[in-house]
Amino acid sequence: MNEPRTPPSGATASGPGATGSPAAFTSAEMMIVAAARELAGQRVCFVGVGLPNIAVNLARLTVAPELELVYESGAFGAKPARLPLSIGDPTIVTGATAAVSMFELFSFYLQGGLVDVGFLGAAQIDRFGNINSTVIGDYEHPKTRLPGSGGACEIAINARQVFVIMRQSKRSFVDRIDFRTSPGNLGGAESAARTRREEGWLGSGPSVVVTDLGIYHFDETGEMRLDSIHPGATLDQVRDTMGWQPKVADPLPTTPAPTAGELRLIREELDPEGAYTK
Amino acid sequence: MGKVASMRDAVAALVHDGDVVAIEGFTHLICFAAGHEIIRQRKRDLTLARLTPDLIYDQMIAAGTARKLVFSWLGNPGVGGLHAIRRRVEDRDPAPLELEEYSHFGMVGRYTAGASNLPFFPLRSYFETDLPKANPLIRPIRSPYGDETVYAVPPLRPDVTVVHAQRADAEGNTQMWGLLGCQKEAAFAAERVIVVVEELVDEAVIRADPNRTVIPGLIVDAVVVEPWGAHPSYVQGAYDRDNRFYRDWDAISRDATTTKTWLDEWVHGVSGRREYIEKLGAERVASLRPSGTAPSGSVDYGVYE
Repeated sequence: MNEPRTPPSGATASGPGATGSPAAFTSAEMMIVAAARELAGQRVCFVGVGLPNIAVNLARLTVAPELELVYESGAFGAKPARLPLSIGDPTIVTGATAAVSMFELFSFYLQGGLVDVGFLGAAQIDRFGNINSTVIGDYEHPKTRLPGSGGACEIAINARQVFVIMRQSKRSFVDRIDFRTSPGNLGGAESAARTRREEGWLGSGPSVVVTDLGIYHFDETGEMRLDSIHPGATLDQVRDTMGWQPKVADPLPTTPAPTAGELRLIREELDPEGAYTK
Repeated sequence: MGKVASMRDAVAALVHDGDVVAIEGFTHLICFAAGHEIIRQRKRDLTLARLTPDLIYDQMIAAGTARKLVFSWLGNPGVGGLHAIRRRVEDRDPAPLELEEYSHFGMVGRYTAGASNLPFFPLRSYFETDLPKANPLIRPIRSPYGDETVYAVPPLRPDVTVVHAQRADAEGNTQMWGLLGCQKEAAFAAERVIVVVEELVDEAVIRADPNRTVIPGLIVDAVVVEPWGAHPSYVQGAYDRDNRFYRDWDAISRDATTTKTWLDEWVHGVSGRREYIEKLGAERVASLRPSGTAPSGSVDYGVYE
């Protein structure tokens, strides 16, 4: 935790939210804070491991005190006392509202429509928020074999909305994903809405993508639009780390930097060893 | 002593070459002790089924016990990839590994159909994904009650399921708490069931809390008493997940030679779980104890005579 904190991509980060001497923060901390703020007003959140886990716990301590944490391993209403390395850590059970079988979790809680927000990560994402977490290359002869769906495809279909946290790069923000593990807005908003209606999905698809450079929402065509750029990041950096020309909000606000309070919670309570936030 | 057996005898009698084997447990209660005994007995051509193959199947596949893997999430949770399995898939080294891939809910549904004697399990997953193309056993079906289409997955009926738990009696009536994963479904779906427990208890302990019984002795073939049998996975209330080992395995398993050296030392080089735990050392073991107790409040079932 004593290493110097570098802002996104090495640029200076003196957030507009900071007064006096600005607090430096890492790009991971900016991603966590941005995602946590997006959770304001949400009730039930399906949590993944790593950054989403910290973001959701930060939201619970700040903007969304009513947030119920659901882990796919079977904990509902979890109040983890330490940062779990895996989503099946014993700390998510002790003190939880309920520990249920995975059948109940996926049938009654997720497919039953009780999950407001599901978090997904991705190896590849396209402009419509379709996600690949299965293979790079051909399925039968993959260049890289990735973990696969886990619960991701059912989260994408059944959670009311989907949040994505991932770093931008030419390899991950691609024009065409190699395998569709989790459907986003398919080929655009219109066809996606029709498909969801016809196939009876409960989810309305991806709503937020938080990266190390900014925050994206999805516009009326179903395409990702950069709606906020993180302090210190530039539009050139954004464009250089994507496989397509991104839509950009005009005017484009700067994401308010993490506050001292948010940083204190992350560094002292949620990830004191800096496992995910250094 | 009822169905109580040693791990060696239970595996020798109930796990056969070519079997479909499920050692379930979602992060929690993964029976590494059984996996290691299967490696020691050099079982071959197994089909290994688990939602998350985890380190246990990476080790069993590295040791050459399996020809096929049925799964839904292939990784080292919170750490990265499973390198022995990736070598088999990406480089076909030393031989290709057949994959049959689902999602978590799909796997849970498969066990549920297997346990319930149903021809399939319907679910609202897989729409507009490439998974049905990758695995043609995932098929769309129309509702008999309307226009809706859902997806179906086939039943999974393991030849043998291994379940780790906190406690059981000598007949195999088994109680567990914490994350239950799909242990119950996988056990009821199986032809044969091995229960491995931290503690053997009297039948009266089971009968004092019937709601906590997940698996009845009725479906259990052998009860193995093997304290610390889930390490480096964990047992709620008994010992913590050994996250250090999960991180260490990343380096060990990146290379086929270091993987083999580890297997020689920690699996073939010990006679069983007791020796493995002695080798792990008292200090490491002590560090995995919970930092405190959190007993449940007791409930009153009442007496009705």
